[in-house]
Amino acid sequence: MRPSKVTQIAWKGLVRNKLRSLLTMLGVIIGVSAVIIMISISAGTEAAIEEQITGLGSNLIFVQANFSRGGFGSGGGGQGQSGGLVYDDAFAIAEEVNGVAGVVVEQNSSETVKAGNVTIDDVSILGSTSDFPSVRDMEIDNGRYFNQAEIDRNQKLTVLGSSLAEELFGDDVPVGQVVTVGNTKLTVIGVFEEKGLVGEVDYDMRLYMPITVVFQKFTPSQFARIMGDRVRMIYVEVAEDAESLDDVILQTELLLAKRHDVSLEEPDFVVTTQQDIIQTQEATTEAFRNLLAWVAAVSLLVGGIGIMNIMMVSVTERTREIGIRQSVGASPSDVRWQFLTEALLLSLIGGLIGVGVGIGGSWLFGELGGMRTLVVPTSILLAFSSAAAVGIFFGFYPANKAAQLDPIEALRHE
Amino acid sequence: MTDSIIQTIDITKVYGMGDAQVNALDGVSLQIDENEFVAIMGPSGSGKSTMMNILGCLDRPTNGRYILAGEDISDLNKTELAIIRNKRIGFVFQSYNLLARTSALENVMLPLLYSRNGHIGESEQKEKALQVLDAVGLADRVYHQPQELSGGQAQRVAIARALINDPVIILADEPTGNLDTKSGEEIMQLLQKLHSRGSTIVMVTHEDEIAVYAQRVIRFLDGRIETDVLNGEGSNTEHLNHEKLLQIEGGAS
Repeated sequence: MRPSKVTQIAWKGLVRNKLRSLLTMLGVIIGVSAVIIMISISAGTEAAIEEQITGLGSNLIFVQANFSRGGFGSGGGGQGQSGGLVYDDAFAIAEEVNGVAGVVVEQNSSETVKAGNVTIDDVSILGSTSDFPSVRDMEIDNGRYFNQAEIDRNQKLTVLGSSLAEELFGDDVPVGQVVTVGNTKLTVIGVFEEKGLVGEVDYDMRLYMPITVVFQKFTPSQFARIMGDRVRMIYVEVAEDAESLDDVILQTELLLAKRHDVSLEEPDFVVTTQQDIIQTQEATTEAFRNLLAWVAAVSLLVGGIGIMNIMMVSVTERTREIGIRQSVGASPSDVRWQFLTEALLLSLIGGLIGVGVGIGGSWLFGELGGMRTLVVPTSILLAFSSAAAVGIFFGFYPANKAAQLDPIEALRHE
Repeated sequence: MTDSIIQTIDITKVYGMGDAQVNALDGVSLQIDENEFVAIMGPSGSGKSTMMNILGCLDRPTNGRYILAGEDISDLNKTELAIIRNKRIGFVFQSYNLLARTSALENVMLPLLYSRNGHIGESEQKEKALQVLDAVGLADRVYHQPQELSGGQAQRVAIARALINDPVIILADEPTGNLDTKSGEEIMQLLQKLHSRGSTIVMVTHEDEIAVYAQRVIRFLDGRIETDVLNGEGSNTEHLNHEKLLQIEGGAS
């Protein structure tokens, strides 16, 4: 019998029982779409994180306070004591470590910003140091960034992200204007070029000011005010002519250990590179992906068992039909192919619907769930081909059972 | 004799093993010639159904030879038997055995689906199916499904299906068993018409009123042929020969 004919018969068999066929496919649909959605979420997350990390700037090392060591309180609160990073550590690194192109310290806050009659609530504020534009790959579009002298003098200056500048001043030139941040008036001295979204952060809607002003005016709580110029992280840009990344890391570690009076075995800080972060992230997402692969495999297996189950019922229920076909000349292989094709069609159609649901679901998660999703073409291929394999594997036993039926028994079946 | 369509030589069929062994057929030799119309009768358990299944290639004899249209098919495997059923045999069952929710036309075309000797085109298949449906008087019921047909009409569809591959023999198993008297008569008249046009028909029945439509009646008892007579004659256990058959047919028409 020709394959097109077999497919036609199998198709008719399925259409005759639309609801049952759909329910049978459900397992495969869920399995396939789950694979695609989960992989798209994990790929999206991975991409977002990687973008975020590389978007910080190039050739960076990160120095973070290691609070887990219990630095707080143990040193009595003074600078130079064990207890995390302080603002002055950044200057020490810039001055004493060879091969450093720039050092940036950042401090975040958020405030209401006013300019003229425009008020915007909850604007993200970033206090930083003079190397910020170069270390973080930000270009000034108009005006300039503040220098170290202005930072040291706590001057009330600000540089605006491009979107923020537009929202506050429209077509007017922002440079030279005054904005009110919280209760503090600052003079705009520059506007950044458009940077876009990096990970989840919109750099264009931010307001930038000297870190000293943030310490002075906008540190969020009384506690933080006391802690004053403690910083969460120091960004160090490694110079092109530096001996090596490892050398800069080692120098930094030795310097900070000395300044904080701690041993390198038990530091109160952690030095990492972009590469470290990306690798850690990849290890995590890979473990996550492996887990997803197992979940997907199990759901496809369940889908396959569903197909087998229904095919067994179908063969029993259609024993008479099989007998009729045998009596007019269907050979065992004709019958086997008919039921195998039905199982295969079920899983392929289920797989196809699953791909649709998977792509739609990924999109929906991205749009409504606020998740970054990325549909990976190989995941579609993987899910679809496993569905087909499941169909053949689990369809074979029922199909064989049908093929082996004795025509006399089959015709007698009620 | 070349005109012999069916020839069985000492066929036995044994079911079960050991003490539970049952000889459903116990050495049956018979010959059916082209264009005969034979009724097989006998009480239940006499072996007539087993004989029918073997003649229809649905079952294989335990011992003995079965020669159908000159071909010894005693030792064929399942697939080969399926091919024989497809091109040599047309079945008509008591319960019609049509595919549900499938039009009369598609039911009739079903055997063509499994034909191996060179595929004929879809339109040609349809043409042929329409012809046989017309021949059984169902030209106006072509697209009806079995559940929309009366018993008599359903059986006509089944007969059309049996005819589609030009079989050498039509095997009818209690073809009127599910029908009322009038429809039953119509079906028998149809079978007679096919016979008069040259078909060879073997029919199992337990009703004498139905058996009278046949030319020859073979009675089974305990797995053996009890009697084998021409209708209208007395007891005649001898096999009919072709000349006699022609005489009877000539006399009847």
